[in-house]
Amino acid sequence: MSFAQPTHFAFDDSSEAEIAKILAKYPEAKKASGVIPLLYVVQRQMGRSTGSAWVPKVAMDVIAERLGMAPIRVYEVATFYFMFNMKPIGRHHLQLCGTTPCMLRGSDDVMRACHDAAHVQVGQTSADGLFTLTEVECLGACVNAPVLQVDDDYFEDLDYDRTVALIEALKRGEKPTPGSSIGRQTSAPEGGPLTLIDVAGGE
Amino acid sequence: MALSDKDRIFTNLYGLQDWRLPAAQRRGNWDGTAGFLEKGRDWIIEEMKSSGLRGRGGAGFPTGMKWSFMPKQASERPHYLVVNADESEPGTCKDRDIIRHDPHTLIEGCLIAGFAMGAHAGYIYIRGEYYNESRVLDAAIDEAYAAGLLGKNAAGSGWDFDLYVHRGAGAYICGEETALIESLEGKKGMPRLKPPFPAAVGLYGCPTTVNNVETIAVVPTVLRRGAAWFAGFGRPKNSGTKIFCIQGHVNKPCNVEEEMSIPMRELIERHAGGVRGGWDNLMCVIPGGSSTPLLPKHICDDVLMDFDALREHKSGLGTAGVIVMDKSTDIVRAIARLSRFYKHESCGQCTPCREGMGWVSRMMDRMVQGRAEIEEIDVLEEVTRRIEGHTICALADGGVWPVQGLIRHYRPVMEERIAAYKAAHATPPMPMAAE
Amino acid sequence: MAKVTVDGIEVEVPNGATVLQACEAAGKEIPRFCYHERLSVAGNCRMCLVEVEKAPKPVASCAYPVADGMVVKTDSPVVRNARRGVMEFLLINHPLDCPICDQGGECDLQDQAVGYGMDHSRYREAKRAVKDKYVGPLIKTIMTRCIQCTRCVRFAAEVAGVPELGATGRGESMEIGTYVEKALTTELSGNLIDICPVGALTSRPYAFVARPWELRKTESIDVQDATGTNIRIDTRGPEVLRILPRINEDVNEEWMADRGRFSFDGLKRKRLDRPWIRVNGGLRQASWPEAFAAIAGKLKGMRGERIGAIAGDLVEAESLFALKALMAKLGSENLDCRTDGAAIDVTRPDFYRFNTTIAGIEEADALLIIGSNPRTEAPVINARIRKRWVAGRFPVGRIGPAGIDLTYGHEHLGEGPEAIRALLDGSHPFMEVLKTAKRPMVLLGRGALMRADGLAVLAAAWEVARQADALREDWHGFNLLHLFGGQVGALALGFLPGAGGQDIGQMLGGGADALWLLGADGVDPATIPAGTFVIYQGHHGDRIAGHADVILPGAAYTEKDGTWLNTEGRVQRGHLAVYPPGEAREDWRIIRAASEALGATLPFDSLAALRDAMALEQGLERRFAADATGPAGDPAAMSGAAFVLPLANYHQADVIARASDVMAQCAATYAAPVPVAAE
Repeated sequence: MSFAQPTHFAFDDSSEAEIAKILAKYPEAKKASGVIPLLYVVQRQMGRSTGSAWVPKVAMDVIAERLGMAPIRVYEVATFYFMFNMKPIGRHHLQLCGTTPCMLRGSDDVMRACHDAAHVQVGQTSADGLFTLTEVECLGACVNAPVLQVDDDYFEDLDYDRTVALIEALKRGEKPTPGSSIGRQTSAPEGGPLTLIDVAGGE
Repeated sequence: MALSDKDRIFTNLYGLQDWRLPAAQRRGNWDGTAGFLEKGRDWIIEEMKSSGLRGRGGAGFPTGMKWSFMPKQASERPHYLVVNADESEPGTCKDRDIIRHDPHTLIEGCLIAGFAMGAHAGYIYIRGEYYNESRVLDAAIDEAYAAGLLGKNAAGSGWDFDLYVHRGAGAYICGEETALIESLEGKKGMPRLKPPFPAAVGLYGCPTTVNNVETIAVVPTVLRRGAAWFAGFGRPKNSGTKIFCIQGHVNKPCNVEEEMSIPMRELIERHAGGVRGGWDNLMCVIPGGSSTPLLPKHICDDVLMDFDALREHKSGLGTAGVIVMDKSTDIVRAIARLSRFYKHESCGQCTPCREGMGWVSRMMDRMVQGRAEIEEIDVLEEVTRRIEGHTICALADGGVWPVQGLIRHYRPVMEERIAAYKAAHATPPMPMAAE
Repeated sequence: MAKVTVDGIEVEVPNGATVLQACEAAGKEIPRFCYHERLSVAGNCRMCLVEVEKAPKPVASCAYPVADGMVVKTDSPVVRNARRGVMEFLLINHPLDCPICDQGGECDLQDQAVGYGMDHSRYREAKRAVKDKYVGPLIKTIMTRCIQCTRCVRFAAEVAGVPELGATGRGESMEIGTYVEKALTTELSGNLIDICPVGALTSRPYAFVARPWELRKTESIDVQDATGTNIRIDTRGPEVLRILPRINEDVNEEWMADRGRFSFDGLKRKRLDRPWIRVNGGLRQASWPEAFAAIAGKLKGMRGERIGAIAGDLVEAESLFALKALMAKLGSENLDCRTDGAAIDVTRPDFYRFNTTIAGIEEADALLIIGSNPRTEAPVINARIRKRWVAGRFPVGRIGPAGIDLTYGHEHLGEGPEAIRALLDGSHPFMEVLKTAKRPMVLLGRGALMRADGLAVLAAAWEVARQADALREDWHGFNLLHLFGGQVGALALGFLPGAGGQDIGQMLGGGADALWLLGADGVDPATIPAGTFVIYQGHHGDRIAGHADVILPGAAYTEKDGTWLNTEGRVQRGHLAVYPPGEAREDWRIIRAASEALGATLPFDSLAALRDAMALEQGLERRFAADATGPAGDPAAMSGAAFVLPLANYHQADVIARASDVMAQCAATYAAPVPVAAE
């Protein structure tokens, strides 16, 4: 996929407010610590302003300038971490965990559902620009496998049909409720907790 | 004799209750925190030592001893507590529950641990994918500041302590403590050469201790109920309670806090509804997250879930991510997928890992099809031996152990697969790549 | 000190030394790829693994500190297995293209493969291919050969001070490059070729030119700047094929500047390879006797005071000495070597030398730079300054044009003499920095003296050093940074107006009827009065040669045995690597032959005899400032004009470079350098 790199990037007000909060976390002389957070700020702002959450090269230069880093050090970081999209993506980023725990619970079916419903292959963006599909490594929600991360949210305990339904809802512009797709209480066993039944301090 | 609810530390593990401060305080969090600090650093470290708590991030290093490595005398270099919330080991999802449902146990633990190691600042490095979890943690920290539990004179203890959340961005390697520090400093997450160790030269070149979320989060309760209480669970040197993540081919996957040294079978059957199709349908279990070699059923029948018992079987407790596989499992593919994981997550720094994990992964992919020679199983085994122990960090070790475990226990399956492929593709022989 | 036993051999090494150093002390060679003595330790290649007793697994010896009583094994089965493993891993994705690789024959990977490689590959998967990167006109990249040792990344960031190279991506997808295609903005890029242990970064001009075993190696000195970089000239037959640095810890460590390394193709172009004489207004080829006859015809009988000699910037001491002797015989005191017009006081050597010495920079604790950009004037010296800066607590101030990126942080104090005045009257706080420093340095650029008030600037700079207490019996903090390899030799030999003699301005102002220009490429032909008889002796037909009446084809520095003095005053010798082209001859021989034709025969007829008479001792004796009395010149006479840097274009700064296609390409590429943040 070829794409154009924008020639200009500037943080908007909302980003600037975030940056102020971020940089307050680190000693002034160590503000390079802010590089990952600022890359997120860029990606989020791109998502807000263009509908595609990615990190253009010129924005990395802006970060380098802001943090007093050599630009190459920002490029290195941005390309090392998997969550930064170095090229434009679709409106929704479907990130399907394919690692063994999810594989054992049927991530192959979820993958098939993504192909069928979102009309997209791994590493690609659907023709309608709605979905980019990525096979990611373990998302850390293994007892709720298989897991599909859509943008910031985890959708859990999926199978083929429920994944199709989820994608269709996204297509309709709905905001499906994240979490277990079979109504489980988070990581408790299906059917209800077997422990922590008798705990003080509840509402 | 399973753990009873009254002895569970993470009483809101499933988020049945509110995570916010008032509810957390009703569950006992932040009760008498200043009093622990009043008893001094040495007392806290001694309590941790006698509790027998071993790090919950995988390596199982005694926590009290780790804290004692921090310099005793203050210098111009600040000390840092860094909490490893980069939970990325396949099969592990326990810290996520602590963070999103019980954040105040973690925050309170940070204050106590920070004080015990002379740190006025702590960073919680949370994996980037846990976006919603990090929002909860942020909000909980804000609450704690507002309530005077963090910041100047935190919790009325006289100790100043600031706590920050720092999100990672998708790199398993950042769970390695020095890679995490590098990442926190704004660099690629490439593990550092040791020595120097973080306790001497850590974050920003300052004395630093990196602890797992669960390790830190149990600290307040251990102090409140006493080291002896905690040490009373599990076998000697394997004491305490532990969150297990039971998944894969079980009827009801779940997280559960249980006593250390619980028999694996009991753990699976009591809490996760048993193996799909019954215990006899079990093929094998990866007991402690993807880095720990699998155990075939006959070992699972009576093995205990603790550091030493699993080590005896050339595996490990790791992060206690219990990945159950029944007899329908394509075990070669299950392990091959882990090899692909490690190839993907290798930072690329050390030659054996950068080059070797790709080799292993590609060979494993062929083994899944059986598109290989029988002798290549030996080549594969030897390649894993040439990787193991030759790198800066342990990622490569964890990456090859599953393969070694596979060959150790399921070599006949691999051989059958190769034979079947050969039978199906009688001629011509596989072309050799040019050198 | 720590006692360490390596393979049964007990050695003592300093505490803090690495296991690798201990192994070397015990005479054990440890293979390595990523480790480089002058770069930070990466510890990533894993080739240097050794067994340390009680360590649970083999350790990277390059990074592991020794401890007293440590027992190390470098040749155990564990170690051999580890190294064989690393070799195998490095080779699985390395193309086996040695036959077409320019690194072949001098490749660390190739060499180690002999010791630790297997005779066959067990790798049956597809090999990785990596797209080549563009990093500038001097370096050819074949990135599939890269073994990710990151030496180049560390060199660029640490030594060159241009953090533009990086390793992007991760795992097996990690690639070395600039990410955004660009030429590295450094004058030290050739060193990347030297430090790359494989054939990933090779010399673009040297591509497919030769194999190392075909080359004759001759030791010499780089004269294209005043650093005195020790070099090795690799030749095959009559051709220079490449130039590499030699190690000299006192001078260039093991680095070399690009102009010196890459402009030798200019030695083959625009060369003067036979004598020429002017007949009826036009130049025609001539024989040596004809040329000498033409000179004799003009000079014989001419009064000595009407004859002048001007020497250029690259000339070796021997021919300067010979020409000066000839002028004396002809009765002329009209000598000058300052074709750039620099005001220099030679009454004491420390008025015109780099007295702190290059290695001494590392002892300094504050630096003031006046009218110089050492990055382009002496890149290797600048790297030494950067090395000192990186070590910390080294404030640097600079007076000169704004907007210069020295590759290290510094304070810009002003653009001209007013800033020096502000230091002298104490109104600028940087004077306090210099005064509180224990070993302050003042680095004065030769460019700052190329002006009417040059002597005043010289005196003022000296005065700053004096006030900063930089002129002591145990320290000399005054330094003049010259620009070319022949300049200090000419000053040391007194190639300057003698008693009653004329300087260059007077000679060109009508004071001479005949001028002997020895490599004086810097003289503007337009300044030579009409009717002046001009003898040009040199190796390139640069702009001045066309104005000569007699052209005597000389030898370039690669074509003669010669002595050069670097900016420190260090006396070093280079050797003839190839013969001068055609009829061209070594310059001292030309002068000696001319002396006979002029009936003023010089009293030496061998190089040895000349050198005996010249009496320049090789090496450098470091001298401190026994006498703080300054050079002639009145600081108060400084004008208000801002300093101008002398080298407008690094890649075109001398006559050899101006003849070089490679340098022309560089000049075009680097026309608009981009400043980057210091790291």
